[in-house]
Amino acid sequence: MSRTDQQLIAFIYREARLIDEQKFDDWLDLYSEEAWYWMPLTHGQPDARLHTSLMHENKLLLRVRVERLAGQRTFSQQPRSRCHHLLQMPSVETGHAEHKPEEGRYVTRTAFHYVETRGDEQTLYAGWATHHLAEEDGKLRIRFKQVDLVNCEAAFGNIQLLM
Amino acid sequence: MPQSSYRGNPQAIRDLVQDTQVHKDIFISQELYEIEMERLFAVTWVYVGHESQVPKPGDFYTTTVGDQSVVMVRHSDQSVRVLYNRCAHKGVQVAPQGHGSTGKFFRCPYHAWTFKTDGSLLSVPLKKGYENTGFENMEASRGLEAVSAVRNYRGFVFCRLSATGESFEDFFGESLSTIDNMVDRSPEGRLEVAGGVLRYMHRCNWKMLVDNQTDTCHPMVAHESSAGTAVRVWQEAPEGTPKPMAVELFAPFISPYEFYENTGIRVWKNGHGHTGVSGSIHSNYSNIPGYWDSMVAAYGEERAHQILGETRHNTILFPHVMVKGPIQILRIFRPLAADRTLVESWTFRLAGAPDMLLERTTMYNRLINAPTSMVGHDDLEMYERAQHGLQHARAREWVNVARLLEPGETERENEVVNGTSEWQMRNQYRAWARYMTEGAK
Repeated sequence: MSRTDQQLIAFIYREARLIDEQKFDDWLDLYSEEAWYWMPLTHGQPDARLHTSLMHENKLLLRVRVERLAGQRTFSQQPRSRCHHLLQMPSVETGHAEHKPEEGRYVTRTAFHYVETRGDEQTLYAGWATHHLAEEDGKLRIRFKQVDLVNCEAAFGNIQLLM
Repeated sequence: MPQSSYRGNPQAIRDLVQDTQVHKDIFISQELYEIEMERLFAVTWVYVGHESQVPKPGDFYTTTVGDQSVVMVRHSDQSVRVLYNRCAHKGVQVAPQGHGSTGKFFRCPYHAWTFKTDGSLLSVPLKKGYENTGFENMEASRGLEAVSAVRNYRGFVFCRLSATGESFEDFFGESLSTIDNMVDRSPEGRLEVAGGVLRYMHRCNWKMLVDNQTDTCHPMVAHESSAGTAVRVWQEAPEGTPKPMAVELFAPFISPYEFYENTGIRVWKNGHGHTGVSGSIHSNYSNIPGYWDSMVAAYGEERAHQILGETRHNTILFPHVMVKGPIQILRIFRPLAADRTLVESWTFRLAGAPDMLLERTTMYNRLINAPTSMVGHDDLEMYERAQHGLQHARAREWVNVARLLEPGETERENEVVNGTSEWQMRNQYRAWARYMTEGAK
């Protein structure tokens, strides 16, 4: 049984919504134990190992992030940040080598605008998210998420939440 | 707003740095920022780039020295030159932002004046239009202005914009030993820029970052949220799980005060100094297979031990560079305004060493120095709160740097002290006051 496009799209929307609603534990549950979250530092960056990335995190590091956000002594979250995702409808990447519905593996690509705010400051980011999803025990899980910012090489201030 | 005017008033600038405290104006006055650009960043040796960024003749890299736009270029004689990036004709930046190869000459994109890679004027279209104008005596005929004081030290290119001043060796003195150690960590004695550059915008004064580099009383407080959480999450992992490299990099941050007290600080002259004299947060990383053997083959066992046993934490090359030798990172603090600083974090490959070293270096860079880094979030929050506090709390004038003050500090140099001393900060501010005012009328 493979997933319909509509189910995949709903999954992507749900992920963004959990971040926007700051339900980070539920968000983390969407990720496979072997998941990687990658935000390259340059356009067309081939490698996350020998080149610095903005983020290249496994589930352990994502969990550190989530727990840190909730910490009493996380001063950069006093006051807290808020965020908002505006997603274009995800496209199911049927031509992608990793997209194999018969094996329960799917690839989607989603253009987005992402707004992060803290106090009176509001910053807009734009980019594309690529998700590699896989069936695990009857549930869809994120195996890999890549976030490509249109201005990934720019000098940013703090980006504290998750795109 | 500061009440007094500092321009043309060197005594007022000197008065901002006292033995145990420095005045808030050095962090918030835009006038002082401008004087820093005109004086401090002109008379000191400022980092430009690494020679591996311009490997072949004609290769260039554009950057800034203080607030001056320059291009670092490999000349036909293989030397690395630093030119002001401003056409002799109408002032257009001849080299585009970034890096590339210009071939044998720079050609201005506006009117096609061309300049050799040492800056000299090569050709002007319709040259005869300048006959009988006295062109050969005009400023424009001299081409692109070259910075005369340039020094390539083991691949690291520094320049002094001012034509006269302290020599490179006199200025840096013993602090060059940190660069030596970083380069010696390559079995081939050579570094290459690799892994990209992180750029991180800070809405604070650049000296807060310099101050922070040898501040060993903040990690266990400010970084409890990031490094502390990382250690806690890791401890919850099932027993027997190998310790991830990321945890190995995070964990030492929250070492206790005693650790930092005992590892010491070395204070050199002219504002230079470093933390981590006897061991540091970088001392206990796992061995990387093959690296030790390649070092022994290159240097012999005794010398290899000596090189790798030196694990300095943060070295400040005053005014604006921080070097992490054991993990091959350079952080450059670029002042953009009194309350705005661009931080660039550059990483290096040790030529002839296993790739896994560069992997650890780039991992450290993204975990600690990225705008998406939790550790970075901790620090930037403190700087921005400090900037705000200094600017908007008129009742207090001074920032305190009295910790472990010693008698006669200004007469002493090359000393090792308790690692929680603020002597190195005092050293930086004293150097700041001196270079800001030396020779000033």
